[in-house]
Amino acid sequence: MPNEIRCGLLLVVVLTTGVAAAGDALAPAAIPLSRGRLFEEQGGAALFASVCAGCHQPDASGASGAAAYPALAENGNVSSADYMERLLLNGQRGMPPVGQMMSDQQIADVMNYVRTHFGNAYGEGVSPEDVGAARRQMGSSP
Amino acid sequence: MRRRDLLLLIGATAGATAMYQAMTRLGFAAESPYRGPITLEGDPKGASVIILGAGLAGMTAAYELARAGYKVQILEYNTRPGGRNWTIRGGDTYTELGGAAQQCLFDDGLYLNPGPWRIPYHHHAILDYCRRFGVALEPFIQLNHNAYLHATEAFGGRPQRIREIKADFEGAIAELLAKATRKGALDEAVSKEDQEILLEALRAQGGLDKDFRYKAGDDAADFRGYARDPGGGLAAAPSNGEPIGLHDLLTSRLWRGLQNFALYDFQTTMFQPVGGMGRIGEAFARQIPKVIRYGAKVTAIQQDDHGVAVVFEDLHGGGSVEEATADWCVCALPLSILSQIDVNVSAPMKAAIDAVPYASVVKTGLQFRRRFWEEDEQIFGGISYTNLPIRQISYPSTGFNAAGKGVLLGGYTWGGPNSYELTAMSPADRIKVALDCGAQIHPQYASEFETGISVAWHRVPFTLGCAGEWTDETRRQHYGNLCQIDGRIVLAGEHASYIPAWQEGAILSALDAITRLHKRILASR
Repeated sequence: MPNEIRCGLLLVVVLTTGVAAAGDALAPAAIPLSRGRLFEEQGGAALFASVCAGCHQPDASGASGAAAYPALAENGNVSSADYMERLLLNGQRGMPPVGQMMSDQQIADVMNYVRTHFGNAYGEGVSPEDVGAARRQMGSSP
Repeated sequence: MRRRDLLLLIGATAGATAMYQAMTRLGFAAESPYRGPITLEGDPKGASVIILGAGLAGMTAAYELARAGYKVQILEYNTRPGGRNWTIRGGDTYTELGGAAQQCLFDDGLYLNPGPWRIPYHHHAILDYCRRFGVALEPFIQLNHNAYLHATEAFGGRPQRIREIKADFEGAIAELLAKATRKGALDEAVSKEDQEILLEALRAQGGLDKDFRYKAGDDAADFRGYARDPGGGLAAAPSNGEPIGLHDLLTSRLWRGLQNFALYDFQTTMFQPVGGMGRIGEAFARQIPKVIRYGAKVTAIQQDDHGVAVVFEDLHGGGSVEEATADWCVCALPLSILSQIDVNVSAPMKAAIDAVPYASVVKTGLQFRRRFWEEDEQIFGGISYTNLPIRQISYPSTGFNAAGKGVLLGGYTWGGPNSYELTAMSPADRIKVALDCGAQIHPQYASEFETGISVAWHRVPFTLGCAGEWTDETRRQHYGNLCQIDGRIVLAGEHASYIPAWQEGAILSALDAITRLHKRILASR
């Protein structure tokens, strides 16, 4: 959108210590706010909490309305690194291409986090190099 | 030669009329395709159409098809009409995906438009429906010279009046260009006669003095205003402020905010419905009584040679599964929803349905116990822009200069990491961010805040996202396939338009879809 101003520093970090709305008992302890066009969170846990959890929910149980965000918990699809890379970099259906705002390392980290948490046990086998290769193949840029 | 260069050449050599004609041919400056109410001529002979989604696209289709003699019904997930045309008012409750419920505690007459909130003057179709359906409009103030441009690292984080940034930026550029002209730097590009006119224009438009300088004085003050405004009686003389220097203006990057007032979509005059954008959806629904079935969650759309069957859950009836049938179907569901529904359309259309991600957008409304932006800062409507995660603060375009409370749009974050980070927060935390950020521009926030409400569009149960985000590449690959009539099904909505995320796109898409569908139906007899 043309009406965004994309620059600058910001100093806001919100702690969920105030009044909580119903239903957010599982909200993460803190969600930082990045300063530019790329996510600044580092590590799979932080990226999951700040990006994925908005739709897939903090416990990865998914959410359902007129259509649904699938649970990532106990989800066999996350065993396929190719599938996850394609969704993160290209988007599909309800999934926006959030990987376009992450580095190869960040994508690998958040993939490995999901693949080894929430009842998934597919190993931390994804490397930044794998993600970089997928990104080049899809013609996507960070 | 680029297209724009060609136009400049035509403009320079053949005059304005030739340039306008050339622009029209090349696709610039074309008027809206809307040509007034459509007429679907010919007898549909009792044919029926089922319409999915009671947003503006679906209700436009239902209204016009019913007028043409079709039997129409709409299935709608929500318990109200309008879809993204939506106003949250005091007393409303909103539960987002994830389960967080918010009760809106705004006072009577105060509201937040979580989705569309302003209508450009060139969106002829929605303006025409407002006229026909009796929806009262009032001006939406987009540009207020007295609102602010703000960046955390510019001018020590102090917000700057748009008036001063705009006047000083344009004045400094005018002075520079005048200097270059008088030094002969433009001799090869501009004739001597035109240089004289150019200098005259720069002085008049830029607020330059008789020596073509932009500096503190009456000429600059005519544009940038005064350090002390002129008054009456003794000691009433104004004093002129010192313009901000070019270096400080450039490096502040605040000039970036000025395009929000120049772009075609945001030029004056803009409008809003009196009482909230949702008044339009309500007015549409009144035109099609007993057509909308609320609380219907569509789960499958199947067509064959004879008709279309739509399977849906009755959310009011404990989730019982029902089926509705018709001869034809106009599907006006967002692609984020439709892509997850079992629908038997061609592979190219299915690929198109799956290919369009939806924008991440967050809006937060804040009620304050007094209109301090008007009382303390003389800001009547308009928008302040900032690089903080809230991106903008919009002041109400109604109820001016009255005592009492008011609701600000305290944040409108479209895309980028912040929109996702805010979406991942609880509503209470989004409101806290809006307060923390806004207080850096208006310190009164701390003492005047009462209550807020926040909508993150990826958590909205009926859309799972804000609006279709096309790229040049996805348009090239999929747009044509998305807009085809596929057997007995045609799609409509802002996603099937070149005006994505605007209500005009939804309406124009619906009018085009049903016009083609009607022709197909008459031809199929």
